Amino acid sequence: MTEYTERLLAETPRKSAADRFRLVWLVVIPLVAVLSQVYVPRFIPFLAYLELPLLITVHFALSRGGPIPALFYGMFIGLVQDSLSHQPIGMYGIVKTLVGYFAASVSMRFDVQNPVVTFILSFFFYFFHQFFYWVLSRALLGETLGFDAQQTVIFGLLNAAVALPLFRLLDKLKVAG
Amino acid sequence: MDFFLSRYRHLTVLLIVITAQLVLIAYQVKTSKDIPLIRVWAVTAVTPVETGLELVRRYTWGFVEDYFVLLGVRSQNEKLRRENGQLKIENNYLKSELSTADRARALSVFQARSPSKTVAARVIGNGTGANSKVVFVDRGSTSGVESGMAVVTPDGIVGKVVEAYPTASLVMLITDPTFAAGVVSQKNRVHGTLKGQGHAECLVDYVQNEEHVDIGEWFYTSGDDRIFPKGFPVGQVTASPNGKTFKEIYVSPSGTQGGVEEVLIVLQGVHQEVPGGEMASPAYTILPAPHDAATQTPEGAPQPGALSTDADRLRAIYKDVGVEQKHTYGEGTPGSKPPDFTKIPSVHGVLSPGGSAAAPNAPGQASAAQPGAAKAPAQAQTGPAAGPAQTGQTKPVLPPKPAVPAVAKPKPPVSEGIDDEPASVVAPAPPAPNQ
Repeated sequence: MTEYTERLLAETPRKSAADRFRLVWLVVIPLVAVLSQVYVPRFIPFLAYLELPLLITVHFALSRGGPIPALFYGMFIGLVQDSLSHQPIGMYGIVKTLVGYFAASVSMRFDVQNPVVTFILSFFFYFFHQFFYWVLSRALLGETLGFDAQQTVIFGLLNAAVALPLFRLLDKLKVAG
Repeated sequence: MDFFLSRYRHLTVLLIVITAQLVLIAYQVKTSKDIPLIRVWAVTAVTPVETGLELVRRYTWGFVEDYFVLLGVRSQNEKLRRENGQLKIENNYLKSELSTADRARALSVFQARSPSKTVAARVIGNGTGANSKVVFVDRGSTSGVESGMAVVTPDGIVGKVVEAYPTASLVMLITDPTFAAGVVSQKNRVHGTLKGQGHAECLVDYVQNEEHVDIGEWFYTSGDDRIFPKGFPVGQVTASPNGKTFKEIYVSPSGTQGGVEEVLIVLQGVHQEVPGGEMASPAYTILPAPHDAATQTPEGAPQPGALSTDADRLRAIYKDVGVEQKHTYGEGTPGSKPPDFTKIPSVHGVLSPGGSAAAPNAPGQASAAQPGAAKAPAQAQTGPAAGPAQTGQTKPVLPPKPAVPAVAKPKPPVSEGIDDEPASVVAPAPPAPNQ
């Protein structure tokens, strides 16, 4: 095992149990993220590709102590997102529940403070999120949606690029216990 | 069991949560007509903020644009755009009416009918999700908006209301992959189903490959879906290649070009005719009915009074000659002038080279073709001048039996109501009994 891999697999500072968001941030941040999807494209249509609720879910899952809080947090954000969509409530809920669970599971093995790991994980979970949502739409709702893999990859890279500074910003909101 | 739950605690919780949400989805899909209360709460809580933010945007961002960029032109432009929109709708309506009927009729129809009743709405927010193709508008059930109403602009259709909340409505754009509407092409009246594709262009499905759709041709709503009134423009065809079974017709929607800002929700739709209705010439032509088919009923039986065989037609020709020359068959006294049969048309209307009719199947014609028999018509033509009657005999004589059996023997069928005997028609001039 090289020094780099040891560093990657070490206990991460972000995942420290001592670092916690204030409760108000836990509620406000996802709400802002969901509402930004509603409002921001009105001002800047190009930013419609941003999946901030997903990034918040991933960040929370990478930061918290275990999969259970992460999956509930993902479920909460997903249901809020569902309530403002035209799909049955639970579609985003299921997808983000899974993202939260898997992100939290992955965070136990990697140094999620590393920017490269953060970028890769953000990209991966964006792709997973979009793909699983597409699968659910076809399987549960019978919709004949197309899956544009090329566009999803591009948007995934853009979201991953946004995730780097966003995670830094969110880290600063945490308080040391 | 306890060991299992403690060993796979995380996985168990995950499965419970996922299952609960699946049940939630299943319940909603089953009762899709009712709007879940949580959704009503969320939208009712969010839309006032949306309206406020939209106002802020218009009076800050918009103000800066108005002042520094366009000054007073923007408001004037908006006013003119609204008026232009109304005029476009009226113009579209008038054009469609005037193109289908004469002016007086169109005007009377115009007076009798009124255009669709609409309510103006403004887009105040987008739906959630990166690939979202739904928008919120600031008109809800308190303004009379209901789920399933059409949303249009003067340029074309925009979408349909999928959910109506008290203060806002959720509109599914026509680019949404789950959107569908009945459409018809302008020139050839090809019916199809417009489907959103998730991007800028839409697909018109269920059009057979044999149908003809031009690039650049307009599609209009057909009214088949009972959501969009007939006659609203949809968009222009950008490509129409043949597919496996159906054509793959791609349409560039005209209503969503350049973004959607202000829309009209159709509260009471009025169907209009699709304008510019000239039909392109089809690839096939309808031939006239077969000659024989016109004389027969569908079952094949000859119709009463109709000409069914060549013999019938020949008889009719001779009858016409008799009428034309004022000759009543069967009444001529021996030695009187017979009708001139030398210039009768053939059964098919073609004269023979000698001026006589060429009717190969006609009994009379068969005898006329023989050298010996050819004299008979000639004698008939010259009549008394060349015949024995010229001798001045006045004694009545019986008509002789035909010299050529072919002239008299094949007796054509006699139709009902016709008393003339064809055999006597073609009989040559009677020779003098004394000869």
